[in-house]
Amino acid sequence: MIDTQRRTLLKGVLGAVVIAVTGGIGFLKRALAAEWPKDAFAAKTVEDALKGLYGTAQTSASGSIKIKAPLQAENGAVVPISVTTTLPSVQSMAILVDKNPTPLIAQVNLIGSDSFFSARIKMGATSDVYCVVKSGGKLYSAKQNVKVTVGGCGG
Amino acid sequence: MTAATKRLWIVCAALAIAAGAAAAHAAPTDDLKQFREFFKNKFPTVKFDDYADGLYALPGMDDYRAQWEALNEFPPYELGLAEGKKEWQTPFKNGKTYAGCFKNGGKNTAQHYPYWSDAGNEVRTVEMDLIDCLKKNGEERAFTTADLDKDAKARVQLANLTAAFYQLSQGQRVSIDLSKPGALQAYEEGKKFWWQRRGQLNFACANCHMDLAGRNLGGNQPLSAALGHPIAWPAFRTVWGQLETIHQRYATCNSQVRAKPAKHGSKIYNHLQLYETYLSTGLPLTAPTVRN
Amino acid sequence: MARQTRIRTKVQDGITEILVLVSHPMETGQRIDPATKEKIPAHWIQKITFSVNGKEVAVADMGVGVSKDPLLGVKVKGAKPGDKVRVTWSDNNGESGEAETTISATPA
Repeated sequence: MIDTQRRTLLKGVLGAVVIAVTGGIGFLKRALAAEWPKDAFAAKTVEDALKGLYGTAQTSASGSIKIKAPLQAENGAVVPISVTTTLPSVQSMAILVDKNPTPLIAQVNLIGSDSFFSARIKMGATSDVYCVVKSGGKLYSAKQNVKVTVGGCGG
Repeated sequence: MTAATKRLWIVCAALAIAAGAAAAHAAPTDDLKQFREFFKNKFPTVKFDDYADGLYALPGMDDYRAQWEALNEFPPYELGLAEGKKEWQTPFKNGKTYAGCFKNGGKNTAQHYPYWSDAGNEVRTVEMDLIDCLKKNGEERAFTTADLDKDAKARVQLANLTAAFYQLSQGQRVSIDLSKPGALQAYEEGKKFWWQRRGQLNFACANCHMDLAGRNLGGNQPLSAALGHPIAWPAFRTVWGQLETIHQRYATCNSQVRAKPAKHGSKIYNHLQLYETYLSTGLPLTAPTVRN
Repeated sequence: MARQTRIRTKVQDGITEILVLVSHPMETGQRIDPATKEKIPAHWIQKITFSVNGKEVAVADMGVGVSKDPLLGVKVKGAKPGDKVRVTWSDNNGESGEAETTISATPA
């Protein structure tokens, strides 16, 4: 009974009322989590991940996107990557690893920050690392190959 | 036998190891001179102090060095180190602190470890002194009672604390006192272990970390030079994702050549550590560090 | 016990770099526990938010492809010493964390 009422309220997008009914922050946190692009992160190809994020996988290759990545990862579990771009009006930047089981690594929405993003990422195998930038409503991309090998004595 | 192992055997057989040539009882100062000369000749472009950077100082490591420098902008070991620092600073139930057990409150003292203790008739490491400090103050921790070969969580707690201790002496140059007969004997035992071949792969420490230093031995990971080894420990290895003690590295290294490792805290690892550290005399302590 | 959330800031040529390091397993859900032989459930940070002086400057959505003990960095123009930087994160299990720091006068 109560669940049906909740569902009706949710359909009505009455944010404040819904919070009052379900008791506050817990629900709000779950609502925020619901914004997390689940399908994009579950996608098994770069194309599907981009469709999940932007509704399209069409990007224009751009020389104005710079990917700082190693030639060969010292350890595929922790690969330091940074991406920058001189494209104007950057709304978001995303990093994807082609050969990872789920290629989308992260996407940052730039509200007031510079067109820069760095992260330590996992790479399962030698792969292209993509950076996709949304600039002025359009998508641009660049890629760089990073070698990943395993094993060896080392140290 | 895997292809990688086969490669190892071929490389090993092709090497002319000067192991036998190391005089059994040359004075440590002669060993030190020979050791430094070996690396100077092997890597003429690498300056002495550069060896403090470990593998990343060796020629051909630019790509790996860049990754190491990226990690150093915010080292992953900061998390474990913070835990170690907290432990170091927290007073015991009796109101005393770890600092009270050490000369100069533990600051600028780590460069003299390991050291020979006439009183205890043994080589002592930082880990041993930290554990003793707890016991003297009636305190117990997971790492004072656990089997550190099996209990990784307890061992990492000790590594974090040991890292906090070493950081108090960061930059201090290694200076080991071998003037006592006991010290010299322990040094000789460590030296013997260093040059002795072991394991299915029949490698001595000297083979991989002197002759093969800077070279890949299967896979993607070149071997580090022994000059500069101990000054980086406790270290964070990306493959472990946590800070670890130097004895843990000795154990895993021995396992990698398919030799039965000695126990964490064993006399032989203490003596090996004494020998290795002496050979890094003059290099600055950098611990804790990121190593691969 | 709260997971460690640590922030470093570096000011260079009028640009402040904000780095955040969080103690978090970032489990992919594919790893097998050697003891139980079962898959360790996926457990990862989904969102990290960066704010300067109470104003959001960047929001990052993340997946399991980010390394264990994740490190993320952004840059902000015009931030000055004395400015407050706040980072918050939330994961798929409903856990969250935060940290705050003040941009220091001396460049890192």
